Amino acid sequence: MSDKIQQVFETFKQLNLVDKVDQLFVMLKQLVLAGVPEALQPLVSALLSVTLILAVFPGIFAIVTIFERKGIGRIQNRYGPNRVGIPFTKIRLCGFGQFIPDGIKSLTKEDIVPRAADKVVHFLAPVVMLIPVLLAYAVLPFGRNMTVSDFDAGLLFFFAVGGAVELSVFMAGWSSHNKYSLLGAMRAIAQMISYEIPLILSAVTVVMIVGSLKLADIVAAQNHYTFGIAHWYVFTPWGLVGFIIFFIASLAESNRSPFDLPEAESEIIAGYFTEYSGFKFALFFLGEYLGMFAIIGLGITLFLGGWTAPVSFLAWIPSYVWFVAKMLAIVFVFIWIRATLPRLRMDQLMNLAWKFMLPLALVNIVVAGIWHFMTVDWQRWLVCAAIIFGAYLVLGRGLMRNQKLGKRIYRYAE
Amino acid sequence: MSPAFIIIAFVTLLAAASAMSLRNLVHAALALTVTFAGLAALYLNLDAQFVGFAQILVYVGAVAILIVFAILLTRSGDTPDQAVLAPGWTYGIAVSAVVFTMLGWAVLNSSALPKENSSAPAATVKNIGEALMSKYVLPLEIIGLLLTAAMIGAVIIALREPGKTKMDDGGLKIDKTATPSAILNSPSSSGGHS
Repeated sequence: MSDKIQQVFETFKQLNLVDKVDQLFVMLKQLVLAGVPEALQPLVSALLSVTLILAVFPGIFAIVTIFERKGIGRIQNRYGPNRVGIPFTKIRLCGFGQFIPDGIKSLTKEDIVPRAADKVVHFLAPVVMLIPVLLAYAVLPFGRNMTVSDFDAGLLFFFAVGGAVELSVFMAGWSSHNKYSLLGAMRAIAQMISYEIPLILSAVTVVMIVGSLKLADIVAAQNHYTFGIAHWYVFTPWGLVGFIIFFIASLAESNRSPFDLPEAESEIIAGYFTEYSGFKFALFFLGEYLGMFAIIGLGITLFLGGWTAPVSFLAWIPSYVWFVAKMLAIVFVFIWIRATLPRLRMDQLMNLAWKFMLPLALVNIVVAGIWHFMTVDWQRWLVCAAIIFGAYLVLGRGLMRNQKLGKRIYRYAE
Repeated sequence: MSPAFIIIAFVTLLAAASAMSLRNLVHAALALTVTFAGLAALYLNLDAQFVGFAQILVYVGAVAILIVFAILLTRSGDTPDQAVLAPGWTYGIAVSAVVFTMLGWAVLNSSALPKENSSAPAATVKNIGEALMSKYVLPLEIIGLLLTAAMIGAVIIALREPGKTKMDDGGLKIDKTATPSAILNSPSSSGGHS
């Protein structure tokens, strides 16, 4: 057993410094695995990975909630949380300690279950929400050699477990016995099902080009450089359109503004989790944010090169740092959009999904096929860009045709 | 029979039994979803990744939602007071037993079933994709056409009939001649702010 540990150390020593930092966590895991008996290794391996995910991503969630409140505050010309720092000291940390009292508050609050509620389903809904969201992290490549379970149909697995979230939303909305909850659940399910189609269709283009559903293969296919610039799929015509469709659909899938109709505060209180309080509410909140991180992680993996560096001279930065940095950058864009755009109306939401994004995603699949079969580089750039631009023009005109948009009228309080 | 198979089979059967016997329709639908998920787990247990995930995607993600929506839109949430067993349940059991025997007999005597326990062929997702696009492309296209026809039919049924009042789905209609103060003041007499 000790020579196995020795072996791990030997492989670690042979790496250069950049790889040492990059592979630190992988090697640490192998070190622990070398110390346990053969029969327990799969179990210990799974436990280690799960523990790391359960520690890191809720941690990022805690920071991001404060980041979001502060960011929106700044955009709306106010401060946001800026008081709480480290307890019992005078260090304020710009208010980034706020998540600790928030967490304690949600843990200690009374758990109110309505008398008319269906107790069992009401209890199960947040759990059913969180489990598939956490399962989705199993296939994401967080860094070089850092995937919990990298199997053949990884992308399919991601979308399959994502489908279970809709069920939990229904369970929450129905079991609460509250018409606002049920309305919110109906809206959420209609929205999620509508936007799941462009989401999956935009991911299909990448699968067509790479020829694999395995996420590690998809990252590896983007991990080479010309003139020092990475071959990310977002830098191709079909990839750019695919990424934009994926981005919009992931906004809708994670119920973020401007697609926050399921929990529109001004219309239906809080949507499907109106009747949830205390820790169950916190679980919904956590599930929503973890789902958002997971779908952003998938978007990064498909179109933004996963854990690879954008330019080759920055490749010395560890792969997991790149992954988290890209994820936080997109989270920032999400926050920015939330503070900027007003909520869509239901008919606008459905029109956008079915009349614009779905046809554009279908055209994009054809374009990806053309891209695959044309060999001359400048020709395929021209042809693909022209088809996409034409489709965008036609579909955009079609979407706006019956809108009767007049001059905007401003109404002021006098 | 591995322990995993026994656990999954037990959960699936239990969920199926409760889907039949629960009085509340939504509970029954949720139990049916557990059955679907159990079937997917059985496929995964047999190393059939594609079928397993497709099962989850289609049945748990779409069919289950369709069922609960159908329940919600067609009847109120009242649970029935009378027994869940229909009066003719003995006939039902007899018919299902006959069907099960027939199917079992047909499967066991089928020539497609390899008699000896050969090792399972390694079917990767890529193999399935290639088979669907070459050998089975005609059935795939036919199924696609059928589903499209069904979808168009559903849309036509749901379409508003011409001649009836058409809903105007244009933008917000605001009287353009109205002055800002008129728009602001008109509703304030009835609805109070709190």
